[in-house]
Amino acid sequence: MTPISVVDIDYVALAPVIIVLVAAVIGVLLEAFLPEAARRSGQLLLTGSAVALAFLTVLIVAASRPFGPIAGGSLMLDGPGLFLQGLILLTSGTAILIMADRRVDPGGDAFAGRVSTLPGGEEEREVSRRGLMQTEVWPLMLFCIGGLLLFVTSNDLLTLFIALEILSLPLYLLVGMARRRRLLSQEAALKYFLMGALASAILLFGSALAYAYAGTIEFAGIAERISERTTANTLVIAAVALILVGLLFKIGAVPFGQWVPDVYQGAPTPVTGFMAAAVKVAAVGALLRVLYVPFGGMRWEWEPVLWIVASLTMLIGSLVALAQSDIKRMLAYSSIANAGFILIGVAAADQVGLSSVLFYLLAYSVATLAAFGIVTMVRVPTGEATSLEQWAGIGRRSPLLATAFSLILLSFAGIPLTAGFIAKFGVFTAAITAGALPLVIVGIVASAIAAALYVRIIVRMYFTDPVSASAGVASPSPLTVAGVGLGVALTVILGVFPQPVLNLVEQTSIFVR
Amino acid sequence: MNAAWPIVALGGLAFAFAAFSVVIAAFTGPKRFNRAKVAAYECGIEPTPQPIGGGRFPVKYYLVAMMFIIFDIELVFLYPWAVAFDQLGLFGFIAMMLFLINLIVPYLYEWRRGGLEWD
Amino acid sequence: MTTTLLLLVLLAPALGAAVLLLGGRRTNAWGPLAAIGVMGAATAGALALFGAMLTRPAAERPVGVLLYEWLAVGDLRVPFGLYLDQLSMSFVLLITIVGTLIHVYSLGYMAHDPDRRLFFGYLNLFVAAMLLLVLADNYLLLYVGWEGVGLASYLLIGFYRRRASAATAAKKAFLINRVGDFGLSVAIMVMFTMIGAVTFSAVDAGIVAMPGWVPLVLGLLLLLAAAGKSAQFPLQAWLFDAMEGPTPVSALIHAATMVTAGVYLIVRSAAIYDLSETARTAVIVVGGISILFGAIVGSARDDIKKALAGSTMSQIGYMVLAAGLGPIGYVFAIFHLLTHGFFKANLFLGAGSVMHGMNDEVNMRRYGGLAWVMRLTFITFLIGYLAIIGVPPFAGFYSKDSIIEAALAHSWTAGIVAWLGAGLTAMYMTRMVMMTFLTKRRWQPDAHPHESPPVMIIPMALLALGSAVLGYLLVMNDAFEHWLEPVTGFVHEDPPLAMPIVYGITFGVVGLGVLIGVLANLHPAAEAPTRVNPLVRAARADLYGDAINEGLFMRPGQVLTAATVITDRRIVDGAVMAVADLSTGAGDQLRRVENGFVRSYSLALVAGAVIVLAALLLLRIA
Repeated sequence: MTPISVVDIDYVALAPVIIVLVAAVIGVLLEAFLPEAARRSGQLLLTGSAVALAFLTVLIVAASRPFGPIAGGSLMLDGPGLFLQGLILLTSGTAILIMADRRVDPGGDAFAGRVSTLPGGEEEREVSRRGLMQTEVWPLMLFCIGGLLLFVTSNDLLTLFIALEILSLPLYLLVGMARRRRLLSQEAALKYFLMGALASAILLFGSALAYAYAGTIEFAGIAERISERTTANTLVIAAVALILVGLLFKIGAVPFGQWVPDVYQGAPTPVTGFMAAAVKVAAVGALLRVLYVPFGGMRWEWEPVLWIVASLTMLIGSLVALAQSDIKRMLAYSSIANAGFILIGVAAADQVGLSSVLFYLLAYSVATLAAFGIVTMVRVPTGEATSLEQWAGIGRRSPLLATAFSLILLSFAGIPLTAGFIAKFGVFTAAITAGALPLVIVGIVASAIAAALYVRIIVRMYFTDPVSASAGVASPSPLTVAGVGLGVALTVILGVFPQPVLNLVEQTSIFVR
Repeated sequence: MNAAWPIVALGGLAFAFAAFSVVIAAFTGPKRFNRAKVAAYECGIEPTPQPIGGGRFPVKYYLVAMMFIIFDIELVFLYPWAVAFDQLGLFGFIAMMLFLINLIVPYLYEWRRGGLEWD
Repeated sequence: MTTTLLLLVLLAPALGAAVLLLGGRRTNAWGPLAAIGVMGAATAGALALFGAMLTRPAAERPVGVLLYEWLAVGDLRVPFGLYLDQLSMSFVLLITIVGTLIHVYSLGYMAHDPDRRLFFGYLNLFVAAMLLLVLADNYLLLYVGWEGVGLASYLLIGFYRRRASAATAAKKAFLINRVGDFGLSVAIMVMFTMIGAVTFSAVDAGIVAMPGWVPLVLGLLLLLAAAGKSAQFPLQAWLFDAMEGPTPVSALIHAATMVTAGVYLIVRSAAIYDLSETARTAVIVVGGISILFGAIVGSARDDIKKALAGSTMSQIGYMVLAAGLGPIGYVFAIFHLLTHGFFKANLFLGAGSVMHGMNDEVNMRRYGGLAWVMRLTFITFLIGYLAIIGVPPFAGFYSKDSIIEAALAHSWTAGIVAWLGAGLTAMYMTRMVMMTFLTKRRWQPDAHPHESPPVMIIPMALLALGSAVLGYLLVMNDAFEHWLEPVTGFVHEDPPLAMPIVYGITFGVVGLGVLIGVLANLHPAAEAPTRVNPLVRAARADLYGDAINEGLFMRPGQVLTAATVITDRRIVDGAVMAVADLSTGAGDQLRRVENGFVRSYSLALVAGAVIVLAALLLLRIA
């Protein structure tokens, strides 16, 4: 028998993932052995330091390690991967700050005290009287972040799928754990799980077909097989289509993103922010790698599909958002529309497109997190004030919060001197140079529609008199202030001085094959 | 011979075995019906109709079932490792231990948090 | 030195806005005065820059300042740079001087408003954005200012929050402006694609080598942008509603400065329009229609501010028309823009003073005989009136007459439209003066008109002074032509008629207009007559501009939104719900809905996957 060669693993390059996942396992042990009173602080300390340490490690790896395959070719260390890992850790860290807040809700944090209790039952009242909190949230977050980090660096189809599952399963749970409106939250979790399982199956089926075609699951090998071909093979076309659908589901593109509004509405708001920011970043990152590396040679096949999906996503996202009366649903549709704008950059399919998408992801994710962070603060006695009607006159009660939210909305609308403008400008110019002018026209129309939407909310906050049911603004803890403040500050800074970050994304935007 | 034939043959055998078991059980088995015997899965859980109005069902059975699946899967990985233990060497040993630790962690969690207490 | 002064001019109002808007109630007491202070500083800076520019020979007057590189993506480099030439200098002076006067006036006009501080903050914000718009050295930075003035205008139109109509008007202004902004953003994209640059100098240099369709498309797109911002046909509807804002806002933003940004854009893009005859013709047509459209609406409205808004649209129509004439007209467009800035601001402030004395009444049919009660207001208003209808030696005469001559030199049609506009202007302005100041008193019982305080009268008097002498000052020795010629170019062309005949016809038309205006309004009724001819009815409805806008932009949008939602909710879910109904029968309502949703979502997911697959396979065959 031939001896099995031991895989050579660069542990330093792998360190960010290892740190996060080991911390997650330790988190489970903390749950098992720490006394109840000490759990929350212990978990917070562990989670916060793990994410911070992982972020530092990403910086160290970026500075010191040569680019190339790591972990026996399952993962790829390259510029976009590292940038996305850093971005995921940055946004996750911000999301964790907002999640850790237990001042805005008098009952505790955003999660149900005991998820297992019956909504509205006697047991639930008992739990909330004792002020219990579900601390399993934190290990779940860490597992999810670990999955995200793997997702953007995976270098073969199987790793991609496993990473998808690692990140998805904790998310399904997190979605169902809201403290308020628990039935809605549980319903959302079930929907997300069912839909996610379906999408995973489609992705896996596509991967199997790709293996059947190429005889390998490694991205480089698939790319090689595709470049050898003379005519397109039905098998590989079906593989591309199904993998594309699986990933577009996670991104929330039309028509694969119908779950987005329901799930974003039902999930605890900080988790919604985390999903809209970090998870979308990772999904777009994976889509970029899959389309550019293994299937880059089939650009002419997938590009038209992406054009249509992007147009539909932008238009329908913006239009339906106009008709929403719930702020979280509105932000959900807005995130769908933003996914469309991101796809414009993806469809450009070159280095400029890649760098523009990376910038867009940064601008979009920090603004989104801040937006959902602000939503957690605007409250009525029964919970968050999600109905837009209740937002009337917020501008007069809390000018600072309304100004911050207006800045974010203006950024979403792509008004100059905000990060959103530079980002939209970037993807549009990238698409034009790649010859996608019609797509850009659709994009500009969609952003004009979306601007009306955002202005409507600004009107509501500033120019409408408060009604009796209007919401108040809870005084947040420094954690939320830090998270939201970071998002707002980055939105402005990236709008006025984008150049350092533009340089960074330009340098990092080359996939190693 | 076409590479697909063994798959077809395996499928046919599996189908034949299932059909044979069902048919032969109908002829040879004793027929003593009671409520537990006619229940689906014979496990005490009625999957349909579901209770109306957010009713609940006990999860204890599922907890045990999940424990079983975890250790079942553990065995599936342990067998090939044991067979190729010599070639895998120290690296394989450490990897397997890490895998086992990862399985023990949730077990500890379940045990400490009272998941194994039946009542 | 120049850099410091430029930054002073630009940053002083921005700083004022920041302090007032973020400072909260602490700044209530001294905020308005601080706002005026920063405006004074900006004006001083602008005058210093002007003085320095005058000492330099014409070729060395334009200065550029690169603050930093804003964006560098691929080959595209966008500087955050300022550029001050004779054209932007003219605008900077107009904005700072008129702006300061209106700030002072607002001190009196807004004296009793609890939200005074916010008002001054928004005004400062507007001035900062407007200055950025005219000082930018590239189209992208101009777009920043363009959006900024739009935002400030939006905030100020909706300033009276208690009125629902104000919020609606603000939203309408914003939405219609988006249509215009669409033109500008696409134009910038086209510049980037075809020329590879967005700075004015690079575009001017690069456009020459482009194929013929590029200047045409750019010209039309920029015209769309200009029409949106300058309330030109067919995007004029928002301007009338914008009169919901406080009157100083109408004077500064919706008369003197922001609405003229479209004219600035066209003149700034002279190099593009010089290359496309068709685009210039489109500009002339839009300008011509707007002259008549605005004048007709202005003749029929009883609301004094809306009548003035019609007048603004009409006068900007003159500027746009002049800009469309090419090198024979650019100079006169800006000339008229400057004089108009003074006399229209003057007229608006006069109207504001009247409203201030009449319990905010805007209906001219409730005025009458105010000349004897508000003498100073009447005198300043009268000077503005003489200026706008073009009586020599007041400012409007020189600027409007130059445009009429240039229009005649271009074509008979343009000239006749310009003449017709002049006659209509005389008519509706006379009507306004008659109904407000001269005829019998038709006041409401509780009206006690009084003269406004000096803090309002003094700015009005200064603006009236400008309305009186500015035209003559600028036309002396052809001073303005020489001043602006290096930037826009200037070609003199004689009209096909001898000058005395041109003057004769102009005076005849204006005189006729005044005569009709006097005779028709000797005894205005206190209630608007309801039995009027269709033209008046149409004009009162802003010539159905709203209906057109609604039909063109709003309805399709609404229908599309509704249709999307209905398809989403009713058809997809409905079909699935029906199936669910049949299969589950009785059951918990919530649960059934839940089942329906997930099924419909999975259906969409799978259907989408099948479509993607089919599309890819079809593409392969094709």
